[in-house]
Amino acid sequence: MEKNNSKAYWKENIKYLFILLSVWFLVSFGAGILFKDLLNEFKFGGFKLGFWFAQQGSMYVFVILIFIYVKLMNKLDKKYGYDK
Amino acid sequence: MDMINSISLVESIGVQNWTYILVGITFTLYIGIAVWARAGSTKEFYVAGGGVSPLANGMATAADWMSAASFISMAGIISFAGYDGAVYLMGWTGGYVLLALLLAPYLRKFGKFTVPDFIGDRYYSNTARLVGVICALLVSFTYVAGQMRGVGLVFSRFLEVDINTGVVIGMLIVLFYAVLGGMKGITYTQVAQYCVLIFAFMVPAIFISIQMTGNPIPQLGFGSELVDGSGTFLLDKLDGLSTDLGFAEYTQGSKSLVDVFAITLALMVGTAGLPHVIVRFFTVKRVKDARKSAGIALLLIVILYSTAPAVAAFARTNMIETLSNKSYATVPEWFKKWETTGLITFIDKNNDGLIQYVADKNKNELVVDNDIMVLANPEIAELPNWVIALVAAGALAAALSTAAGLLLVISASVSHDLIKKIINPKISEKNELIAARFSAVVAVCVAGYFGINPPGFVAATVALAFGLAAASFFPAIILGIFYKRMNKEGAIAGMVVGIVVMLYYMLKYKLGWFDEVTPDKSEWWFGISPEGFGSVAMLLNFIVSITIMKFTPEPPIEVQEIVEQIRIPIGAGEATH
Repeated sequence: MEKNNSKAYWKENIKYLFILLSVWFLVSFGAGILFKDLLNEFKFGGFKLGFWFAQQGSMYVFVILIFIYVKLMNKLDKKYGYDK
Repeated sequence: MDMINSISLVESIGVQNWTYILVGITFTLYIGIAVWARAGSTKEFYVAGGGVSPLANGMATAADWMSAASFISMAGIISFAGYDGAVYLMGWTGGYVLLALLLAPYLRKFGKFTVPDFIGDRYYSNTARLVGVICALLVSFTYVAGQMRGVGLVFSRFLEVDINTGVVIGMLIVLFYAVLGGMKGITYTQVAQYCVLIFAFMVPAIFISIQMTGNPIPQLGFGSELVDGSGTFLLDKLDGLSTDLGFAEYTQGSKSLVDVFAITLALMVGTAGLPHVIVRFFTVKRVKDARKSAGIALLLIVILYSTAPAVAAFARTNMIETLSNKSYATVPEWFKKWETTGLITFIDKNNDGLIQYVADKNKNELVVDNDIMVLANPEIAELPNWVIALVAAGALAAALSTAAGLLLVISASVSHDLIKKIINPKISEKNELIAARFSAVVAVCVAGYFGINPPGFVAATVALAFGLAAASFFPAIILGIFYKRMNKEGAIAGMVVGIVVMLYYMLKYKLGWFDEVTPDKSEWWFGISPEGFGSVAMLLNFIVSITIMKFTPEPPIEVQEIVEQIRIPIGAGEATH
């Protein structure tokens, strides 16, 4: 029982990691590097969009990602009774 | 003439007095905190007793992380590299996502004092522990030398003392609070240092942003129109100025795509593998707090990191407009002042009395050091004296906080991992604490020595530190948590191969030890620079670890059970021996 519980918890945790790290990769290596030139065709105020992702946007997303992770994990801990 | 001299004299005394006052106040504060928070046990010395709040730990992590390089050099580097500077911005912040999601919570649950502790216990082997100690020492020493040098530089420029005297003063201060307070003292001084450094970085940035774009938020300012009424966006103007002078467009950069990718990855992974950062997450109470404080730390870091590229763009525009094609006879006073430090040099190659600042190396007459962009920025923008002094206090806070964190890793590696765990397990707590303090003293002296006699490769070694951390610790820790089957044979082989290959590549392509001349970039493997090679070495570590593991016995049952325990967040008792 205890063992199954921890296995299920771990599986959900891995799923969250996979989703969050995909976003992490997309905003930095994707938008900021690989697709930079493509995105630079668009402008965001005085910023070319690819440049903005590389020097601003990706960092903001990083911060948000960690706080989403904190929220998700706190909920997950509660669901599996690991919050005490 | 006399009149002008005496005015500038009064002004320069003004800046100096301000600097003495601000540096004096902040130093007194740090020492006061150290006396208040001195460590009484090894647990307080290594992990501040394990009861630091997530907010305090987040602030301390941010100060620990942001070194003299972040504060003084980064904006300047971006200023000259344009888009390419993004490798540092993304690399040094993106690593925190890896840290928060893949490492910090599990290492906190594991509940030990140091990173080699984890490596040694998870891989049930003192050989693995020793490899961990060597990596931790290599990484931390290369890093700390640069910090002491930074302290010396700031002292010499702003207080007009000799660089070496500056290094010695810095050593004494760090010695005092690191040796007395251990992790506990360091944590609470770092909280104060974060406040000082972020204030010192933001104030001039806000002033300049208002001056140039009318927008008080620098992050928005550098995407705004200039206030000169031309209706041009700052970045468009800067792209134009850059191409006019023959440089690459500011928003384009000049590094190859594969290299930008590799450097960013190496810095991210290296950040997540740096022992002085990881160890900060051992100081909080619960697994939950470790996750949260990683988020707070990154938020506090991003405040500075998102401002730096704005400062870079402002400073570069300002510099080109103030100096390019202007007569040398009429340059502003700060130019002459920085010229005496050798950080700005002007050679009038065509003898026309004008400053030609162009991309073509044969025609270019002006060389400006990266570090000036932050240090002289307030002077270039003609900000009040107290702001200039504030930058000095901020730079010192950044350098001292990082140095202290690194020294603690060094002393814990020696007294805990080496003496307590390998050489003399029977040592009493009291003697271990003495050993810890003694190794901190020795470490400060070694760091000071490198600060006074910097090896020629100081700049190169910072990249080396990240590469080494990426090539050694990161894969070993990740596999240790996420791959239960990973055994000691695989992990040790992976770490050794990773480090050796990384060192070889650095020595060959960065320092040119194996050839008459350092091989140029056409010979780089896959077109990847030494700075970015950490990502290749990391991959190699993963491949070697997993391959060797397949042919060697699986880890003992107890170890596999430890791994299962690490994965669930409850029962993260206090850090223990």
